[in-house]
Amino acid sequence: MMNMKKLAMGTALVLLMAGTAHAADPVTVVSWGGSYGAAQDNALFNDASKNSGIEIVRESGASMSKACLQVESGAVTWDLVVTGSGGAAAAAAKGCLEKIDYNVVDVSDFYDNLYTDYCVGSDVFATVMSWNTDKYGEPGSEGAPKSWADFFDVKKFPGTRAYRANNVDGALEPALMADGVPADKVYEVLSTREGKERAINKIRELKPHIAVFWGSGAQQAQLMKDAEVDMTTGWNGRFDNAKKDGAKVGYTFNQALLDYDCFAMPKGAPNKDTAMKFLAEISKPQYQANLPFHITYGPTNKKAYEVTTAPKELIEALPSHPKNVPLMLPVSLEFYAKHRAEALEMYMELLSE
Amino acid sequence: MTAADVEKTAQSGKPLHGEALRRQHTREQWTLLSLAAPAMIVVVLIILIPVGWLFYLSFVGSSGEFSMEHYRKMVEYKSYARVFLTTFQVSVLTTLICIFIGYPLSYFLALLPARLVGIFMLAVLLPFWTSLLVRTYAWLVLLQKKGLLNDFAMQIGLWDSPVKLVHNMTGTLIGMAHIMLPFLVLPLYNAMKKIDRDLMYAAANLGASPAGAFWKVYFPLSLPGMVAGSLIVFVLCLGFYVTPAVLGGGRVIMVATQITAILENQFDWGAASALGVVLLVATVLFLYMAARLFKFDAALFGKG
Repeated sequence: MMNMKKLAMGTALVLLMAGTAHAADPVTVVSWGGSYGAAQDNALFNDASKNSGIEIVRESGASMSKACLQVESGAVTWDLVVTGSGGAAAAAAKGCLEKIDYNVVDVSDFYDNLYTDYCVGSDVFATVMSWNTDKYGEPGSEGAPKSWADFFDVKKFPGTRAYRANNVDGALEPALMADGVPADKVYEVLSTREGKERAINKIRELKPHIAVFWGSGAQQAQLMKDAEVDMTTGWNGRFDNAKKDGAKVGYTFNQALLDYDCFAMPKGAPNKDTAMKFLAEISKPQYQANLPFHITYGPTNKKAYEVTTAPKELIEALPSHPKNVPLMLPVSLEFYAKHRAEALEMYMELLSE
Repeated sequence: MTAADVEKTAQSGKPLHGEALRRQHTREQWTLLSLAAPAMIVVVLIILIPVGWLFYLSFVGSSGEFSMEHYRKMVEYKSYARVFLTTFQVSVLTTLICIFIGYPLSYFLALLPARLVGIFMLAVLLPFWTSLLVRTYAWLVLLQKKGLLNDFAMQIGLWDSPVKLVHNMTGTLIGMAHIMLPFLVLPLYNAMKKIDRDLMYAAANLGASPAGAFWKVYFPLSLPGMVAGSLIVFVLCLGFYVTPAVLGGGRVIMVATQITAILENQFDWGAASALGVVLLVATVLFLYMAARLFKFDAALFGKG
């Protein structure tokens, strides 16, 4: 009797689920965990879904390699995936991405270098150095760290460090700048093997003081919240959110790496047309204008600066603010397209020592 | 008649119902085979074909042609050898720690009266039912610089400045041993339960000291369980990802981590497959040598 009941309920449930799946065909939107995904939910996804009437399913764990795997195995379940600009370029080169239909997505107000054939910029972020303010002082104060040279100087700034694990993106540039290479020469030097070795050697010097190699943005924030390390590299928005949570953390845009995240669509996405419409919706300035309230990443749509209600201090804290951009080194997608494989092998060599 | 003649007659003389017996034997073999067929089909479908595919992929170069480039790279860069070394090191150490903790624990459980075993077994099994990720992060919270353990120890004056318990090999081993322990305890406890207590009394009766009886009688009888458990632990450790990634702080790089790094950064299935193939082959070789060295196949399967 009990079993019959269970069976009936189970069948009903399955039917119900099958029913809803057919009725709406929601767009599957995949982002990252921690404060980043939450910020996008609050600023972009929830409101855009409500206003456009497009239902979405949110997943975490976005990764271009998983997207490529879905494409190659012919079982694509993702419609829109968040990725770093470099990841999108690599995935596009592998033929994993759908071309963006710019008749649907309006990028007329976008910065020119923040969208490509295969991805639409979602936000501008910076890879910065951050530190425990109890230990080294507030940013800009006397004696606080100011440049990558300070990050790599454990005599002047004794303490532990954290650095990137298992991924070379943004790992070599700081080391070269610390070694005295001017920002505008960094990628030129890195494009030779000797240049890469020079960067690796600089990190090797610091390695005894690197207590943790971080693997995610959430981990960067956690390390600073728990004061597990005294200084780390990482993504500026994560540190601002950690600070909101009470972490004693500060950072500088000086010599930081300027980069952007974007939305890409795996080739053969199940709801391509609806997803394209949803992408058009979230690229509108009114949603991007809300992003700074949730994470200090800059809009890619210029109009967002005009319509935002965010206070001046918040706007000036964005990596893409005209005041900050000149301090930074824009990440070269060209360099990563050509050199990532070799650079990664060399970096893994150092990490496994 | 000589003895040889007798033998010859016995060999040539057909036994009664010989033909029928042989036929029945053949039929029985086929029946057994057909019973095993579903399992064998599953094994072929979900193990042999994918592993074969893995081997194939590892020989496909970046432009789609046959190539040894992935294997060449493993020789060219020392990181690969080091990662394999770390993987085996972590696995062996975790297995040893599990044996040192798990053997006395299983012995204790096997001695307990039945009504108490349930409670203690629950203590072993409860963590087993909790998410792996939760347990791993729990260790991070306990062991980190400003974690519970360091705070407590510094408060009661055991040490003055935080001891580095995590983001290194120590933390990795603590976490892995905790997660792997049930895999050793369950088969070991099972083997110990089956050991006849009377054998110990018999040994004592024949003049063996308690220690002598344990090492000469009890321990050898518990070996199959221990070997089975250790093998499970060791093999599971080889492919472990989450715990070393979180508790190793990026310093304990195992093969699974390296595979992820290659996939995440280069989307290169070939290079990742080659690592998988080498791990598989290295594991088989390692187990084969261990079997020869310690004769544990005999212990496991009860052959002489």
